[in-house]
Amino acid sequence: MTPGPRADEGTTLRVAVDRARCCGSGNCVLAVPEVFEQDDADGLVLLRDPAPRAALRERLDRAVDLCPAGAIRVG
Amino acid sequence: MTQSTKTELPQWPPVNSARSPFTPLDDAERQRYVGPVTRVLLPTGATAWLVSRHTDVRQLLRHPAFSSDLSRPGFPLLRPLPPEATRNSEGTFIQLDGDAHFRLRRMLTAEFMIKNVRRIEPLIAQTVDEALADLAAAGAPADLVSTFALPMPSKVICHLLGVPYADHDFFQSRSRVLLDRGTSPEEIQHTVGELRDYLRALIDRKRVRLDEADDLLIRLIRERVEPGELGVDELVGMALLLLIAGHETTANMIGLSVLLLTRHPEQYALLRDRPELAAGLVDELLRYLSIVRTGLLRVATEDVEIGGRLIRAGEGAIVLIALANRDAEVFDEPDGFDPYRQAHRHLAFGFGMHQCIGQPLARAELRIALVELARRFPDLRVTADPQELSTRDNSIVFGLDALPVTW
Repeated sequence: MTPGPRADEGTTLRVAVDRARCCGSGNCVLAVPEVFEQDDADGLVLLRDPAPRAALRERLDRAVDLCPAGAIRVG
Repeated sequence: MTQSTKTELPQWPPVNSARSPFTPLDDAERQRYVGPVTRVLLPTGATAWLVSRHTDVRQLLRHPAFSSDLSRPGFPLLRPLPPEATRNSEGTFIQLDGDAHFRLRRMLTAEFMIKNVRRIEPLIAQTVDEALADLAAAGAPADLVSTFALPMPSKVICHLLGVPYADHDFFQSRSRVLLDRGTSPEEIQHTVGELRDYLRALIDRKRVRLDEADDLLIRLIRERVEPGELGVDELVGMALLLLIAGHETTANMIGLSVLLLTRHPEQYALLRDRPELAAGLVDELLRYLSIVRTGLLRVATEDVEIGGRLIRAGEGAIVLIALANRDAEVFDEPDGFDPYRQAHRHLAFGFGMHQCIGQPLARAELRIALVELARRFPDLRVTADPQELSTRDNSIVFGLDALPVTW
C-alpha cells in the first residue's frame, strides 16, 4: 500500500545559507541539487530555491548534517 | 583514585602489532582507545586527548577554539619537528586557522567544486584508461600499486596543477619521506626544502611564459600573484600541499579498495554490472578503510568541553576519524563492509572548515578507477595473502606498498 499524501506536502520550507561561513565542500549540492549549487566565481554555496517543497525535508536535513561549516539553516 | 603517571598512559599511536589491513586497531587496543575522551602519551613525551566518538569528533572539528597551527605551544606533534619546519610552511593552509586559512582555501574552492570536477571527468577517464592499458601490457602477475593505483592520481593532479609528470619519481619519493613518522626532523626540513625549491623553479618558469598553458598554477599566478594578492612563497606552499595530498591519499585508497573488493567478488562484479551503485560503494570504502589512521591534530585555544571532558587551552587533541567511522552509535555493525549501507556520515575527509577540499576529485577518481578496473579486469585476483602484504604502518596515510595481482 502506498502512503497517502502527507498533511505538509503542499507547504514549503525556508532555507537560508551563510556564505561567510561556507567552505565550499559541495556536500549540500550532492544532497539536494534542486536547492543548492556552487557559485562559478568562488565555489561557495548559492541557493537555487530558498522555499523548497516540504517533501525535500529529509534530504535537506541531510545537507544540514553534512555541511562541515554549519552554514545551512532549514526552517 | 591516584593521579596516573605518564608512563601508565596508553601510547598513541600504538606500537604496531600484526593486524589486518582493514582494521585500524586490534581488539585489545580498542579497549584502550575507543570511547570517551581519554589521555594518551605521544612519542614526543607530551600528552594529548584522544577523541574517537563520532559525535565528539564532529563537535571538536567544527569548534573554532581548536587550532591547526602546529607552531602553537601544546600542539600534539606525533614526531619532533624543528622550529624551522613551521617557518618553511608558508602557504600550507591546513596549518592555518580562521581568516588566514580561509583566504588561501577560498582561492581554490571554485577549482575543486563539483561542476569543475565533472568537467575534468573525461581527463580522469582517459588517465584511468591509459593506466589500465599499462597494467594489461605489463602482463600478469603485476603490481597494481606501481602500475595503476599510484600513477593514475599522480597524473591527474600533475595535469591539473601543471607539474610535469616526468618528475614523478622525485616528488613521489619525497612525499613518502614526509609522510613517514620515522623521518628525522633534519630530513623533514631538507625534504620540504627540496620540494619547495623544485616548485619555486617551476613557478618561476611559468611566470615568464604565462600565456602558454592553462593550468591551476598559471591561473593562480595570473589571477592572484600578479595582482599582489598571493605571495610566490605562499603559492609554492599551496602547490606542495595539493601535489602531495592529491596523489598519496587517492593512491592508497585505490590499492586498499582493490584488495578489499577482491575478497568480495560479488561487490566487484556489481561495480561492473551496476556502475550507478559505485558512488555509494565509494563512500562505504572511505568509511571502512579510513586511511588517515593516526588522526587529525589540533590544540585548544580556550577551555572547551568535549564528550563531557574539559580540554583546557594549550592542550592537544588527536581526532581519530578512523575510529569515529567505526562508531556503532552511527553505523550498524560498523566492522562489516556493507556497500548498501548509507555511509555518507563518514568522516574520512574530515569535518569542519578544514574538510578536504579535494573530495569531489577524490570521489570521481575512485569511482571511475574502480568501475573501469572491474570492467576491464573482471577476473582480477590478489596473489598474496593479505596478512603478508607490506603495509605502510608508519605513514600518516595508511596504505599498501605493493599489491601483486593476476587476472
